[in-house]
Amino acid sequence: MDKIWILSKKELASYFDSLIAYVMIILFLGLSGFFTWLFGNTIFLIGQADLQVFFGISYWTLFFFIPAITMRSLAEETKSGTIELLSTKAVSDWQIVLGKFLAALMLVAIALACTLPYYITVSSMGPIDHGATIGGFTGLLLFSAMYISIGIFSSSLTNNQIVSFLMALFIGIFFHILFDLISSNMTGFLGDTFNFMSARTHFESISRGVIDSRDIIYFLSVIFVGLLLSESMLSKRNWSHN
Amino acid sequence: MSSIIVENLTKKYGEQRAVDNITFEVQPGEIVGFLGPNGAGKTTTMKIITCYMAPSDGSVTVEGFRADQNPEEIKRKIGYLPETNPLYTDMPIIDYLRFCAEIQGMVKTEIPARIRKMVEVCGLGYERHKKIGELSKGYRQRVGLAQAMIHDPNVLVLDEPTSGLDPNQIIEIRKLIKELGKEKTVILSSHILSEVEATCDRILIINKGKIVADGTSETLRHQAQGQELLSVRIEANDDQVRKALLGLASVEKVNPMDSKPGFYLVQSKPDASSRKAIFDLCVQHKWYLLDITGIETKLEDVFREVTN
Repeated sequence: MDKIWILSKKELASYFDSLIAYVMIILFLGLSGFFTWLFGNTIFLIGQADLQVFFGISYWTLFFFIPAITMRSLAEETKSGTIELLSTKAVSDWQIVLGKFLAALMLVAIALACTLPYYITVSSMGPIDHGATIGGFTGLLLFSAMYISIGIFSSSLTNNQIVSFLMALFIGIFFHILFDLISSNMTGFLGDTFNFMSARTHFESISRGVIDSRDIIYFLSVIFVGLLLSESMLSKRNWSHN
Repeated sequence: MSSIIVENLTKKYGEQRAVDNITFEVQPGEIVGFLGPNGAGKTTTMKIITCYMAPSDGSVTVEGFRADQNPEEIKRKIGYLPETNPLYTDMPIIDYLRFCAEIQGMVKTEIPARIRKMVEVCGLGYERHKKIGELSKGYRQRVGLAQAMIHDPNVLVLDEPTSGLDPNQIIEIRKLIKELGKEKTVILSSHILSEVEATCDRILIINKGKIVADGTSETLRHQAQGQELLSVRIEANDDQVRKALLGLASVEKVNPMDSKPGFYLVQSKPDASSRKAIFDLCVQHKWYLLDITGIETKLEDVFREVTN
């Protein structure tokens, strides 16, 4: 755990040193703020004191931003050869992957924490549904964690950051909307299965304020599979016959 | 107990055998130099010892730990400078060294002093506040050495440690390695023969994945030399001298040196020396013997002989 923390501290510092963190936070706040408060179907038109609009926007902005955060994580290390340096230090491949994962998650959490004023503003305008708000933020965090895990896996597949970015989007789009679309055209067991695979279903259910174990299990399993695959890509060099 | 034991190590890349069934041991406090032409398997062997890659076959034991069972323990005990010296270019030197120290599990309170020591030892003083990306190649190499030594490892694996350094730095680094080698085990690779000769207690010449020579530089030279070779200068009639030299019982071959008139290259028969006989010959004929020097086989010759 100690090692994971050291690694993620370094990663997080490099996000801020390379300005990625600032660009990401400003763009996220700018885009989600613009659509939440100023343009389109804003919070004022709904006539309800809740943050559903913001959650709906973030569902899309984070979808694009997260691959941009994770695309360099392992791709860059492979390209510059620093992965050799890192993996000959006293850390395991799991610790490397988890360190990267935790750093990206912390960055997203910082970005989400910056939207705390939204919550304060809305709660001062009317009786806000605290359950739904907590659920919404929890949902955003879980779903970010899922895309981070997918993003790190994509980054482990290549040493090219652009490829890694596009691959993360490609894998992500299935969870994001495609499974949902497919399931709406199907009935019965297949329909249910695809419906269960869709991140949207689980995100919506959590952001209504209902924290169901099935939703949590869904996100945690995708996160685990993503990290597991990244770890095996990283330790591939250790296979005796390759 | 040996510090490093490598047994029947083989690494295949597809059909090609980068390392082919090599076995050797390194004792604590020994400085071993890997020599070999490009692509001989030096770097691959080092990568396997440092647990970066798993071998296709065979085993590695470092400080009593097996690489396939306890890689973490080994990694903690090894300081490694990879050949390409990869570094996090966006990190400042001090932060980078601190990160390396922390990740190797050093006690927090000892880290600042250790960083100061490394900065001093590796001559990073003037540059210490820069980011690694702003450094010249030589300074990056020093940072690479500093990160390898930061946690005071028992075993140092240095892949071409002096590449990119200027002659003064090379001498300093060699001195440092010799100093370290008094108590630690050092494996270094190089293709600069004089460097290996100057720093290493023992030389392993690797070619096409196999160890082709193993020993101190003296034993290697001696093995390769076999027969005594003398450069002799005698002032007298050329033909007479050659005939007389060839007439000696211990002499096998005599060649005049083209570049220097009056000099002869005299090769003795195996396990024989012709020095005294040549001297006696000159006394007998009243020739002036102006020069008689033994020609040592250079490590270059040994290297060429075993790798060609």
